Amino acid sequence: MAAPDQVMTPDKVMTPDDVAGELRSGMTVGIGGWGSRRKPMALVRAILRSAVTDLTVVSFGGPDVGLLIAAGRVRRVVCGFVSLDTIALEPHFRRGRQAGTVELTELDEGMLHWGLLAAAHRLPFLPIRAGLGSDVLTVNPQLRTVRSPYADAEELVAVPALALDAALVHMNRADPGGNGQYLGPDPYFDDLFCLAAERAFVSCERIVPTGSLLSEGPPQSLLLNRAMVTGVAETPLGAHFTSCVPDYGRDEEFQRRYAATAARPEAWQRFRAEYLDGDEASYQLAVRRSRAEQPAVPA
Amino acid sequence: MTGDPPAGDAMTAASVAEICVAACAQAWRGDGAILASPMGLIPSLGARLARLTFAPQLLVTDGEAMLIAPAGSDGPGGPASPPGGERDDVTEGWLPYRDVLRLVAAGRRHMMMGAAQLDRYGNQNISCIGDWAHPKAQLLGVRGAPGNTVNHPVSYWIPRHSRRVFVGRVDLVCGIGYDRAAALPGRGAAFHELRLVITDKAVLDFATPDHRMRLRSVHPGVSVSQVQDLTGFELAAARQVPVTPVPGPRELALIRERLDPAGLRERELA
Repeated sequence: MAAPDQVMTPDKVMTPDDVAGELRSGMTVGIGGWGSRRKPMALVRAILRSAVTDLTVVSFGGPDVGLLIAAGRVRRVVCGFVSLDTIALEPHFRRGRQAGTVELTELDEGMLHWGLLAAAHRLPFLPIRAGLGSDVLTVNPQLRTVRSPYADAEELVAVPALALDAALVHMNRADPGGNGQYLGPDPYFDDLFCLAAERAFVSCERIVPTGSLLSEGPPQSLLLNRAMVTGVAETPLGAHFTSCVPDYGRDEEFQRRYAATAARPEAWQRFRAEYLDGDEASYQLAVRRSRAEQPAVPA
Repeated sequence: MTGDPPAGDAMTAASVAEICVAACAQAWRGDGAILASPMGLIPSLGARLARLTFAPQLLVTDGEAMLIAPAGSDGPGGPASPPGGERDDVTEGWLPYRDVLRLVAAGRRHMMMGAAQLDRYGNQNISCIGDWAHPKAQLLGVRGAPGNTVNHPVSYWIPRHSRRVFVGRVDLVCGIGYDRAAALPGRGAAFHELRLVITDKAVLDFATPDHRMRLRSVHPGVSVSQVQDLTGFELAAARQVPVTPVPGPRELALIRERLDPAGLRERELA
């Protein structure tokens, strides 16, 4: 029996596979980070091990989008770009688009931001100037404009709320209750993804006791509070091969190898067998092993 | 890095890349305390050259979320460090992507973007080549181009002037040109401005009555007909097209000794 002075603390700790188990085929899933930066890759890898498919993925896109497309799990991408940063074009996204295997809702970056903000605020839309006069309105015939009800009568694009069934984001630290902390230079839009989602799942480099959060970083680094978060998974190196500064930078060599897998189906199959068919621990082991096999480059 | 900066008269002539850096810098002249957002190395060197010389109020980032200032400056708008002085940059502010998008909406920014295709009115495509529904080549996506062009000044950097880029009609309008802007109702185009297009051959602008692209200057050794031949539509041009100004000794010393001592700028034109 608990001592009378013991405080009940919320515990939302799950494994990456638990998180994937909460997703269903056909869902709209928002993925945090930006390009090839602080992406919840361990959670994406967990989706690849599950049967979940037919996803609509909303993302400031990077290899999260590419991996899911390569594995055939994506019906539609909602984005303004998909890029690996140091490799400008995401090869699996390119292949998917050029082969016509993936649908696209192409939005301006500001429109994507605004759609998440509208969903986070439970508004049906938010007006924005971005998109006026551009072919974003042509290739998205569902988009409407709205006229200001005030004296200016200005016509603006009405960005519909991008409501998400689930959000996946990766933090540097979190506590067991779901308070999430980023320690790098940019929060990206991870808080908005969580608020725009029915349920938000956070992976992190390390789960720390609540009382230790402020010894990790200043109050402003506490980006997510637990009212925004459904579950937390500890996944060391869980953003690999994207950057997760200050814990680690992008694994450029590995990213190059990943990008090369888009060249031929056999290359992707080999990559998949070597890295992705096992669990997260075997992925991390394979990454360490491949690094050890490479000859050391003299400085 | 080697030794002392060479004296002005001992300096070798400016390369095409260096002429382009100086020409890019001019795009931000007169902009005041706004964010300069260059895409590509030569535009980045241009923005930082402007910051160090005639535009000390410009804000520039490290390419991620930090606003950087030359060490030795007394803060935004303060005097720039002298050439050959302290070379490290200091952080003067924080600008994560959410705040970049706020500056876009607030209009406090002038971006220099690239373009896979650009037409005579400055409509720009960076999304895909061919029919959007079945692209022959998927490129980046529209990124922020639609929002940038209706919110603040935009210039373009084209490292290889060719008919592949300068086309009669772009496959997808990402950044909007002057004809699209003119067709917007009400105040839709109130903040639209395309400033300069800088290429490895010339500087172009839209200073014509109907804002068609105009040849503003040709780089040294390049002829007007050469530029016209490399352009897939007719360019407006004055009878006498001036030659693009060549960077002086101070600009060259800053580019070579301080901003890009490794000479990476030459690779962007290779």
